[in-house]
Amino acid sequence: MSTTENGDQVATRPEPVAAHAASENPEDARTLLSVENLKMYFPVKSSGLIHRKVGDVQAVDGVSFEVKAGGSLGLVGESGCGKSTTGRLITRLYEPTAGHIRFEGEDIASVPERKLKPLRREIQMIFQDPYTSLNPRHTVGSIIGTPLRIHNVVPEKQVLPRVKELLEIVGLNPEHYNRFPNEFSGGQRQRIGIARALTLNPKLLVADEPVSALDVSIQAQVINLLQDIQREFGVAFLFIAHDLAIVRHFCPEVAVMYLGKIVEIGDRDSIYNQPRHPYTQALLSAVPDVKQAAVGGRRERIQLEGDVPSPINPPSGCRFRTRCPIAQDICARLEPPLLQIGKKHKVACHFPGALGQHPNEPLTAGMLGVDHQGNPDPGASPSPDLTDKPGYDDTWFDLDTRTFGRA
Amino acid sequence: MSATTQSGPAPRQAGTSEPLLVVEDLKVHFPTSDGVVKAVDGLSYSVERGKTLGIVGESGSGKSVSSSAIMGLFHGSNAQLGGQIRVDGTDVLQLSEKEMRGLRGREVSMIFQDPLSALHPYYTVGAQIVEAYRVHHDVSKKVARKRAIEMLDRVGIPQPDQRVDSYPHQFSGGMRQRAMIAMGLVNDPSLLIADEPTTALDVTVQAQILDLLQDLQREFNSAVIIITHDLGVVAEMTDDTLVMYAGRGVEYGPTKEILTHPEMPYTWGLLSSVPDVVGDTSAKLIPIPGNPPSLLNAPSGCAFHPRCTHRDKVPGDLCTTTLPELVPGNRSMGHLKRCHLADPEAIYQTEILPEIAPDLVDEER
Amino acid sequence: MFAYALRRLFSGALLLVVMSMVTFLLFYASSSTPERYACGQKCTAQQLEQTKAALGYDEPITTQWAKFAKGVVAGREFPDDEALREAAPELVTQCEAPCLGYSTGYGETVRDLISDRLPVSVSLALVAFALWIIIGVLLGVMAALFKGRVLDRGIVALSLIAFAFPTFFVGQIFLTYVSIRWGLVDTPRYSPIAEAGPWAWLTGLMLPAITLALVYMAGYIRITRAFVLETQTEDYIRTARAKGLPQRTVIGKHTLRAVLTPLVTLSGLDLAGLLGGAIITESIFNFNGVGKLSVTAIARFDLPLIVGIVLLVAAIVIAANIIVDMLYAVIDPRVRLG
Repeated sequence: MSTTENGDQVATRPEPVAAHAASENPEDARTLLSVENLKMYFPVKSSGLIHRKVGDVQAVDGVSFEVKAGGSLGLVGESGCGKSTTGRLITRLYEPTAGHIRFEGEDIASVPERKLKPLRREIQMIFQDPYTSLNPRHTVGSIIGTPLRIHNVVPEKQVLPRVKELLEIVGLNPEHYNRFPNEFSGGQRQRIGIARALTLNPKLLVADEPVSALDVSIQAQVINLLQDIQREFGVAFLFIAHDLAIVRHFCPEVAVMYLGKIVEIGDRDSIYNQPRHPYTQALLSAVPDVKQAAVGGRRERIQLEGDVPSPINPPSGCRFRTRCPIAQDICARLEPPLLQIGKKHKVACHFPGALGQHPNEPLTAGMLGVDHQGNPDPGASPSPDLTDKPGYDDTWFDLDTRTFGRA
Repeated sequence: MSATTQSGPAPRQAGTSEPLLVVEDLKVHFPTSDGVVKAVDGLSYSVERGKTLGIVGESGSGKSVSSSAIMGLFHGSNAQLGGQIRVDGTDVLQLSEKEMRGLRGREVSMIFQDPLSALHPYYTVGAQIVEAYRVHHDVSKKVARKRAIEMLDRVGIPQPDQRVDSYPHQFSGGMRQRAMIAMGLVNDPSLLIADEPTTALDVTVQAQILDLLQDLQREFNSAVIIITHDLGVVAEMTDDTLVMYAGRGVEYGPTKEILTHPEMPYTWGLLSSVPDVVGDTSAKLIPIPGNPPSLLNAPSGCAFHPRCTHRDKVPGDLCTTTLPELVPGNRSMGHLKRCHLADPEAIYQTEILPEIAPDLVDEER
Repeated sequence: MFAYALRRLFSGALLLVVMSMVTFLLFYASSSTPERYACGQKCTAQQLEQTKAALGYDEPITTQWAKFAKGVVAGREFPDDEALREAAPELVTQCEAPCLGYSTGYGETVRDLISDRLPVSVSLALVAFALWIIIGVLLGVMAALFKGRVLDRGIVALSLIAFAFPTFFVGQIFLTYVSIRWGLVDTPRYSPIAEAGPWAWLTGLMLPAITLALVYMAGYIRITRAFVLETQTEDYIRTARAKGLPQRTVIGKHTLRAVLTPLVTLSGLDLAGLLGGAIITESIFNFNGVGKLSVTAIARFDLPLIVGIVLLVAAIVIAANIIVDMLYAVIDPRVRLG
């Protein structure tokens, strides 16, 4: 914990800063969190005489993934893709419409509110905006110490020492426990938020855009702090962000979401170096790159037309098809299954392939029991292997040989 | 609106061949009860027609304040302004509010970060563009409306003849920013200032807007200033880059130079604090320690010294006592830096680059 | 929009029903003895009982409320006595629907009492409203535009003074000096606009209206000033300036349009509150409005009158709420067009 950020200390010499490479997942860790077919629909009411339900905002619609103990999964996607809602479901700020959230084997998706208290110790959340997520009328000591008192973790007289310890861990001056949030800068407030999340020794931290409200130079400080915390305490992270580069740095495994669904999930190398979904490819190519300075001008990129459609009436079949450069008839008819195409790589596309090498025929037609246009094919029967469950299988569909097998 | 709109800016000084925009030793100071906030303190730069300047810095670096000064938005406030801002030879700081109004939105226009809050929620998009056009052109509402539809079409809004009557909240984020750009360009300005134009947008929409801005610049041949904190945007969009810290320029020159051979530790820090979406994953994230300084009590000497990790390479206490000048470094006359380090290039190549982009070290040599 | 209004009207009506019940309950929860008041000091116990029965107060509270409710819907007769109707029909007062009851204290139906006095209160409220809106908003905008300068400080100080002086004091001073001692205006009195013409109506109302408006005006100066200052920091005002618009357009169009929304909400509800009577002002200037009527009603434990006035005021406030919300949609396209 060598980063410091104490604005009030007039340092004669800045302390050396830690330089951190990208995170890696621990080997052979057990599964801490397993999410299966998670759905969250928010009802939309009509404006008539009587409020009738006229539809749903399908914020999250059938999402499955795993987080290993001490590991990190990144959720990326544009606004409205459901990544933040997913985070809130995991912390049970919402009750999911359907699906399972297994935390250490126990399904917490439908546990009633009053039985959630032990869960709240295990899963904590770090919020985006350090200015609004801390109560301005409470001192930092009270903000961090309250969870200790509520959960009776330590005797009353040890609350303060623990608060000071936590402040030290997140790189703040422990003697500042009696100050108010407005006496701290944005980066320092985010550190307070992190300290609060750490109070109860959680096993999982859901970090929802933890650095996007911060200045560039401060972002790196906070990311490094989170990496230190992960290394030291073995906390697992569900890291939600729109910044693809930061997610790449922090998360060895990444899920790309679009309109409430995971379109591609895999380890860092699969997603960033071998993306097979046209949306992932477009997303990655859209990021402006500093290294382009050496060449000058704009980078070659896949331009997506228009905006993300409304989640109230999402497009039929594949939700990305309205903006997809390679969409065909089948995409409007059938939703592509999340197909495992590598040891740790799944993609939900009828035409998965490297950029510029997407197949002309849907690879999924045979498995779904349809012809190439997506009409039912009496000669084929749907494959039973297409169940969308969390984690990865030992066998997968190889895109080159177009057969299921083991590498 | 007749007299003021048609008068325009003061006549251009004869025989000037200087760039469209020249900012010289600009100072913007705000007196407060706690003291004077020196938001901008001795800033100089220039932009030529058809060129793009990127201004990079963190919040409080003065990057937005300096552009508001160009727009004359501090006229009539208690801000103390000094130096010169010459637009096409005219020093806008000497203009009266009335003369300034003729310039604003016509010669110089601005688009803002958050198009939802920057557009008036109670007026249609079309009405707001029409208003921007008619304040500088004595034309009927009908003609102005036609012009608005034309501009909306040009910035890629589908069915512009219908969408012209939509309210801002009926547009998506990307469409709003397009409408904002249409409004900024409706009077064919020679200078467009884009203040964080894509920060509030999603990445695929950001790409659309940046492409649009680049196309339009070629078409209108205007000078563009892009204010951003995203070095990627700077790398892809700009010809020149100005890095600001604590109200001053700390590094200034051609973008390629600044981003491939930076000579100021603050620029190094910016480069090393953002991870990359491509490249080596063993690349390290090295934050800049500490916080941006208070502009009320800027640090002595080099304002960056409390956060600088390379101070021990400068002899004596120069960094804490003497403000370095913004002068050409070792590489070229066009690459200015404000730093006491004698050979920053060597430090960058041996200490910084191997950490933040190990894959680039061999190529650079 | 229409469906929305209907839904609001329906819930408003429901609210009125509940309020009438609550008023009944509260009246009986207090140890009030209306029969004592009606019968007089030297009433015997037996007379007291008879009065109580005659007034209908001997019946269970639920029956009383049911009768009241029936009267609102279908009308009723006072007293509700078969024998008396047969014997002396001229003694029975017909109270047509919607019947709010019969005030024994005044010997009139509540509806007649209120409809007599409502024009007085409404006139007073409207004139005061016009005064405080025009002057209050104008001064508020001016204070905001000259923020921190002498004019701003002057206006703010003025509003503070106006706010600090209680209405009864200001009204008494006006009445005593402006009208009586110095004779600058005639003694304020209410002349119906239909009979006396608009000029007499207005001049007769002026002094009490100013008295009433003063405290509101002070509030509106401060609120308008705050709204304008807040709006001026909005991004879209910066955009308007950056377009090169003259200051008068930036203020007169862009700023005021935005300030209008909260002002409409506030002023609508403030006006509604006053339409049901300004107790102090009416009492000082001896205006026979609803405010003065309500004071008498409470003093005399006149339950039907109390219930009637409570329901009237509630209905006005509910209606004003609905109108304000509808106006909101007219002003703000975000509400109108979702």
